[in-house]
Formats: sequence, C-alpha cells, structure tokens
Amino acid sequence: MAIGDKKATRESYGMALAQLGEKYDIVVMDADLSKSTKTDTFKKKFPERFINTGIAEGNMLSTAAGIASTGKIVFASSFAMFAAGRAFEQIRNSIGYPHLNVKIGATHAGISVGEDGATHQCLEDMGIMRTIPGMVIINPADHVEATAAVEAAVKYDGPVYLRFGRLPVPQIFDENTYKFEIGKGVQLAEGKDATIIATGLMVPYAMEARELLKNDGIDAAVINIHTIKPIDRDIIEKAARETGAIVTAEEHNVNCGLGSAVAEVLCETCPVPMLRVGTQDVFGKSGKPYELLKEYGLSAENIAENVKKAIALKTR
Amino acid sequence: MKNSTKIHAYKARKLALEGIYNAASGHPGGSLSIADILAVLYFEKMNIDPENPKMADRDRLVLSKGHCAPILYAMLAERGFFSTDLCSTLRRADSILQGHPDMKGVPGVDMSTGSLGQGISAANGMALSAKLDGKDFKVYAILGDGEIEEGQVWEAAMFAAHYKLDNLVAILDFNGLQIDGDIREVMNSTPIDKKFEAFNWNVITIDGHDYDQIRNAIEEAHKVEGKPSIIIAKCVKGKGVSFMENQAGWHGAAPNKEQFEQAISELDEALSALETE
Repeated sequence: MAIGDKKATRESYGMALAQLGEKYDIVVMDADLSKSTKTDTFKKKFPERFINTGIAEGNMLSTAAGIASTGKIVFASSFAMFAAGRAFEQIRNSIGYPHLNVKIGATHAGISVGEDGATHQCLEDMGIMRTIPGMVIINPADHVEATAAVEAAVKYDGPVYLRFGRLPVPQIFDENTYKFEIGKGVQLAEGKDATIIATGLMVPYAMEARELLKNDGIDAAVINIHTIKPIDRDIIEKAARETGAIVTAEEHNVNCGLGSAVAEVLCETCPVPMLRVGTQDVFGKSGKPYELLKEYGLSAENIAENVKKAIALKTR
Repeated sequence: MKNSTKIHAYKARKLALEGIYNAASGHPGGSLSIADILAVLYFEKMNIDPENPKMADRDRLVLSKGHCAPILYAMLAERGFFSTDLCSTLRRADSILQGHPDMKGVPGVDMSTGSLGQGISAANGMALSAKLDGKDFKVYAILGDGEIEEGQVWEAAMFAAHYKLDNLVAILDFNGLQIDGDIREVMNSTPIDKKFEAFNWNVITIDGHDYDQIRNAIEEAHKVEGKPSIIIAKCVKGKGVSFMENQAGWHGAAPNKEQFEQAISELDEALSALETE
C-alpha cells in the first residue's frame, strides 16, 4: 500500500485483527457476516478464538459482554445498522453501563454501502453511540488510520465503537509517520479564512475542497476528527478562534454525528458561523457509491460551496 | 445444622422485604420465589469467596431476571459479601444497591442486568470463556418465566446448545405469573420443557422449594456432557408470605407498614420453627 492506493477500511479491520491476534488474547465474534466484515481474515488464522453467533446481533453483543467480564478483549462485528441500530439496547445496558471491554467493529457504515439501499446504509450510528456514557467512537479515514485505530482500541480498557466502510478509499496517511491517539484531532492543513472539520471518507474530500477554494483566494484549514467521542474540544475551539468559520463534513446524518458534536463544542466555547455537510436528515437509496456520495452532497465541491457560505455569514 | 441453608433463605427473604419496604418500591414476588434456589447455590454449590469477590476462576451467577435484585443482594449479604445492614438501603440515592444489579458497584454481582433476555446471553459468554481457557468454573443463569417471551432468550438458547456449554446451568423460576397476569393468558410460552428440549438442552423439572430436588437437579446438570442444562423450577411467586403467594399484584409492589409487619412475623415464625427443628 502506498499513498493514493485504495482499500476499504473493513479490509484494514480484518487484517489488523489477524495481526493483533498474535500479540493479544482477543476473541472475535460475528453474526454471519464474516466474509463481508472481513473478520474471516482472523477466523482463518485463529479459528478457536472466532465465535459465530449466527444472525442474532443482540445476542452477540450481550454474549460479548459476558466474555469480556471474564477478562478477555472481545471484538463483535456486524454491519453498523445491525450493531448500533438493532443491538443498541444490548450495547447500552450489557456493555456501556458496566463499561466492559467490548469493541464493536461496525462495517458498512454510511451511504457508500451503495446498491443495498436505505435499510443497510447506516447514517445514524455515530449519533446513537454518542448517547452512551463512556463509549469511545472512532471513524477512521483510511487504511493507515483504521489499522492504528484497531490497535488503540485493543489497548484502551472499555467499550469502543469502530466505524468502517465497505467502499475502497484512498490511503492518505504515511504509515511511517502517522501517530494515532484516541480523542486527538489532527490538523492536516493550516488556513486563516475557515476550517473544514472532516471525518472518515470525507477527509480526502476536505483536502480537495481546500485546493478548490484556493482558486477563489480562500485559505481553508483542514482538521481530521477520527474520534467522534470523546471529541477533541481544544482543536475545535482553536479552529473557531483562529479562522472564525467552520464547516463539518461526514458521511452520516448531520443531525446527530460530527456536525452536532462540533456545534455543541462551539456553542459552549466560541460560537462562530458553522455549516454541516452530510446527509440532511433523509434516508439513502440504492445506487453506485460514488453516484450517491455526489447526489447527497458528500463531495469536495459541496464542501467548498459551504465554506464560502460560512465565510459570508461571518461578515453579517 | 440440618436446616442451615433454609434458614439463610428465610433470613434473606426478610432482608429483601426490609429493603423493598424502606424503598417503598421493588419486586417482592419473584424475589421470594427464588430464595430457596439462590440459598442452595450460594451456600452449598458455588465456588466463591466473599473476601475476594472477583476471584478469577470463581463460579458465576447471572440474575437474568434482574428485577429480583433484592433477594440477590440479601443472599450476598447473608453470605458475607457485605453487611446485612446495607439491605435496608435498597434503591436509595445514597446506596450502592441499585434497583437492578450493578456489577460495578456491588461486591458479588457478576453481571449488570435488568433488561430482560440479556443476562442469559452474558452467562453464555462467561461459560464460553471458561471453555476457551480450559477452566472448569460453572455459570448459573436465573431466568423468569415471563422473561422467556423475549426473543433473545431463544437466540441464547440456540447459542448455548450450539457451543455445547455444559458448564452452564439455567434455572427458570416457573411461578406462572408476570406483571399483567397469568403467563398463559399474557403470552403463552408453554410447553417450556419441550421448547428447551427442541433447542437441544438437557431439561430437568423440579419443585423449586424442595431442597433435595434443587440439590439433585444441580448435581445432575453438572453430570451432563455436551449440552447445557435448564432446571425448570416450579415456584410459588411470593413464597413464604401468605398474602403475597400466587398474586401477580405483588410482582412489583411494596408492602405498607401493616403488610410488612405481617410478612416479617410470618417469616420469623417460619425461622423459629426451622431453628428448633
């Protein structure tokens, strides 16, 4: 893998598990989706530590809690829709409340799931998980970040929700220099007119938007927020103070994910004009991933447009 | 003493009712019905250490019907995990004794439960973990008969048989009543034994207040290899307090002062009979 090469973060997840399985006593669970979530990569190497629950996500998450209560690190995997959605209450009560060491590997998040359509395009998982006290939520942007996030989750004592995608996405980070720290935003580019705060597959679009904006004489900063919770309040406040306008970008409903989390921080620290790129409180639909991303406004062009609008709001 | 376990059960019944009475809320019916079973487990069967409640290879008990926390706390206190004085602080804002079991706050509680159907899955996870590590600790899960209306119980039932969790013993409090009335009228889950047999479980049916039957059933369950066991215990909801027995209304209601005093005097009477036997 080199910068620009494409790989889906679900692939990175499976590879990371198989690698970490050598060093750590981890148990991996799946609910009949191991070929899609890529936990089968772990299964092939460590069949004795792979537990298939069949199509029973609620049972999987509560069982994971029981295994974790005996001192093991458990990864439980399904599609984001069925992990965060269907099994929400099991995650809240069996895992979140007792703060057990369960990592939820949720793949197929977002509209880039594509052809399967609205029932499988989870656009609310970050919001759902944000409501659980003590839950860490990580939404990595590329292969390097996803790999680092899985290891960070292993080392962290407590529940973690890891959000991965189905669509191959370009590698944007250099694996030799990349450092991952839970809860720390990453300043990818400095700028003085506005800041784009992006997460997941929107990060490269944010960088592209910065280039587009240069043509209009706009100097936009870019921040990568891989940890949605606990969110890096300091980097967000600093961006607001220094650039005076914020645009968030996420492959998620703007009403409960990154956009909401950033808005909460701004309101409590340094209110500045802010706009949110993401799905606008609508369900998705079937289509090719890239067609859908464009249609729902998850593009560099739409981010750039929103940056201009946010800057215009500053002068009112 | 011949009756020592039963004496603990009756003392625990009193402690549970004291907590419920002081809190003016809680679940007496299902607490009283499983007191005898819990007493046999905690005083005769389980490998546990009140001085070291997190002992790595201890036997575990998951109260899947978490609303019966009052009797679990009472039994743990009787067993020495914490002071029996604490039982009267049940459900109070300054107490560790939450309305439903909290494994983080209460010594001896092995899993946080309360949302029905989840505890049996967690118990499966513990039993599976023992298998993965080649350890021989046992896991007990206490289910309510109303609780088995939750679909997750049957997901868990499939799982336990699939993974041959013969170190798991589920015990079903078959008292026949749930909040809205007779389980056969609210949502008929019978025949329960045939359902679990069809899910490839070893099924044992007993009288849940007969100590020898409880003991023998647990022993029999441990002898079975390659499949999980469920003990379907026919119990009397509210057992030990005459006016609470077999009344769905006492599922989640606290006694008033007069009722409480009558209940305690009935339990005291039973206790002094046991102590002089």
